[in-house]
Amino acid sequence: MSRDAQAWRRYWVTFETIVSKEILRFTRIWVQTVLPSVITTTLYFVIFGQLIGSRIGPMDGLAYLDFIVPGLVLIAVITNSYFNVVSSFYSSKFSRYVEELLVSPAPNWVILAGYVAGGVVRGLTVGAVVMLVAMLFTQVQVYSPAVTALVLLMTAVLFALCGFINALFANSFDDISIIPTFVLTPLTYLGGVFYSIDLLPKFWQGLSLANPILYMVNGFRYGLHGVSDIPLRVAFWIILAFILFFTLFALELLRRGVGVKS
Amino acid sequence: MTKALDVAHLVKTYKGGLQALKGVDLAVEEGDFFALLGPNGAGKSTLIGVIASLVNKTTGSVRVFNHDLDLDPEGVKARIGLVPQEFNFNLFLPAVEVVMNQAGYYGIPRRDARVRAERYLRQLDLWDRRDTEMRRLSGGMKRRLMIARALVHEPRLLILDEPTAGVDIEIRRSMWAFLKDLNVQGTTIILTTHYLEEAESLCRTIAIINHGEITERSTIAALLARLRTETLVLNLKGRVAELPQLGDFVLNHVDDCTLEVEMDRKHTINCLFDALSRNGIEVLSLRNKQNRLERLFLDMVRRVRTDRGLLP
Ligand SMILES: Nc1ncnc2c1ncn2[C@@H]1O[C@H](COP(=O)(O)OP(=O)(O)OP(=O)(O)O)[C@@H](O)[C@H]1O
Ligand SMILES: [Mg+2]
Repeated sequence: MSRDAQAWRRYWVTFETIVSKEILRFTRIWVQTVLPSVITTTLYFVIFGQLIGSRIGPMDGLAYLDFIVPGLVLIAVITNSYFNVVSSFYSSKFSRYVEELLVSPAPNWVILAGYVAGGVVRGLTVGAVVMLVAMLFTQVQVYSPAVTALVLLMTAVLFALCGFINALFANSFDDISIIPTFVLTPLTYLGGVFYSIDLLPKFWQGLSLANPILYMVNGFRYGLHGVSDIPLRVAFWIILAFILFFTLFALELLRRGVGVKS
Repeated sequence: MTKALDVAHLVKTYKGGLQALKGVDLAVEEGDFFALLGPNGAGKSTLIGVIASLVNKTTGSVRVFNHDLDLDPEGVKARIGLVPQEFNFNLFLPAVEVVMNQAGYYGIPRRDARVRAERYLRQLDLWDRRDTEMRRLSGGMKRRLMIARALVHEPRLLILDEPTAGVDIEIRRSMWAFLKDLNVQGTTIILTTHYLEEAESLCRTIAIINHGEITERSTIAALLARLRTETLVLNLKGRVAELPQLGDFVLNHVDDCTLEVEMDRKHTINCLFDALSRNGIEVLSLRNKQNRLERLFLDMVRRVRTDRGLLP
């Protein structure tokens, strides 16, 4: 084997090691990692979908329950991919076993890719479970499987990256909920999960367009129902741009050792 | 001969301005067993941290087997095994998984990783505890596990930061034997310790670091040869009320049955005993008042502190 091929083989083993360690971690503690999202979304489906939803009437031409399914699945994907990475990586800083990675020849991009992939697996797993729950309440049809899968994957990647960056900056366990409280929750609730932005006055409609989550929710809603508030192509490029930006940012932080080296 | 480690003009200034390393130059030959000694806060762990990529250096260079840390960090890291001063593992993982994950980070495929983990856990007498979660291992077991973990990628340079802190005497001895053996088989070893007896019995070369500067670097043999006098403690068979004058040997009472003798190293112990016998003093046992290296070490550290006006 050439030296390059050997190096790539090593990188692959490292990546595999990190990912399987991450999957093992969240499946071992599934009661804390998988179950909560299932319970909250079930409640949403019962209360907003069935009880209140029947009085709201159609939205964008969809029954209200069907309208909120994509958003709720997406919230599950977002929070789970984010939390998996932020809590796992922050714990490794807190108990110092991040040093096991820092002393090893694993390049930073492999470390980042491993953690992000771990978060993506959890995000998509929980997303799939929530989707199954949704099927108990309504018939979920998938208009375009390719678009659905792509949007879910990109969303999971983006928020896993956010989780990684937050973990680098975090200095205490309290810090890991800064982004969820001040960024994620407001953006998801204002991101068109529960309403169509057509309902908003012009000014707020314009402001909503600055919210990345809006594009994911709409991309995903298009994948399931073929209906979207915004053009699909725009949604796709905007999510991709965010992913690129956060990847470069995370790699730069790692290169400088921010939050992991003194 | 190849240098296992070559550190030049290394400076580390921590955030907040504390300069922990003030231009350290240090070379370690391949195959050496090297002790890095120094009081608390001298900069040992900082130096090791920089070498092992856990601490960012401010300026200076580090080379490990001719691989430069700035130009080829992967080459450097692949050749170093680190046993850190403080425990750093996931407390909720079983011991064997900690070792196998570490192998994975070094790019060793799972099947080989399992074989190696077994080999090193057996060598360190931990194989029976392989499925025990880390938090359920005793302190000494955790220390040994960190050695197994550091060896799993078969590094050419093993760096241990106080590996025997809190380890019982028996296990300490077996760790010494293990490390000696490893060194004989070709692994270069750098070790920090506060037990001078450990440095004396294991290491060939030592460096002393104090306040971020290397103040001494020498072989242990050369260093010990510098001791001009030695103090022995003698336990006597009977009481001795009056101390005789024995010329070059200066006697002092500790109590009725114990004497301290300060003797120049140009004299032999035979001379001392002849003189004692002539005066009817019978000796049951003797020991060095202080580990010899310990005495030199204290002298040197104290000298630096005095130079700085830290001690009267
Ligand atoms: N992360 C850090 N940030 C700021 N200062 C630090 C940091 N780590 C160590 N120091 C300081 O650097 C100096 C050297 O510390 P270091 O841990 O290298 O000493 P040491 O020789 O290993 O001591 P010991 O024998 O107690 O382990 C000390 O003054 C210490 O307070
Ligand atoms: Mg230290």
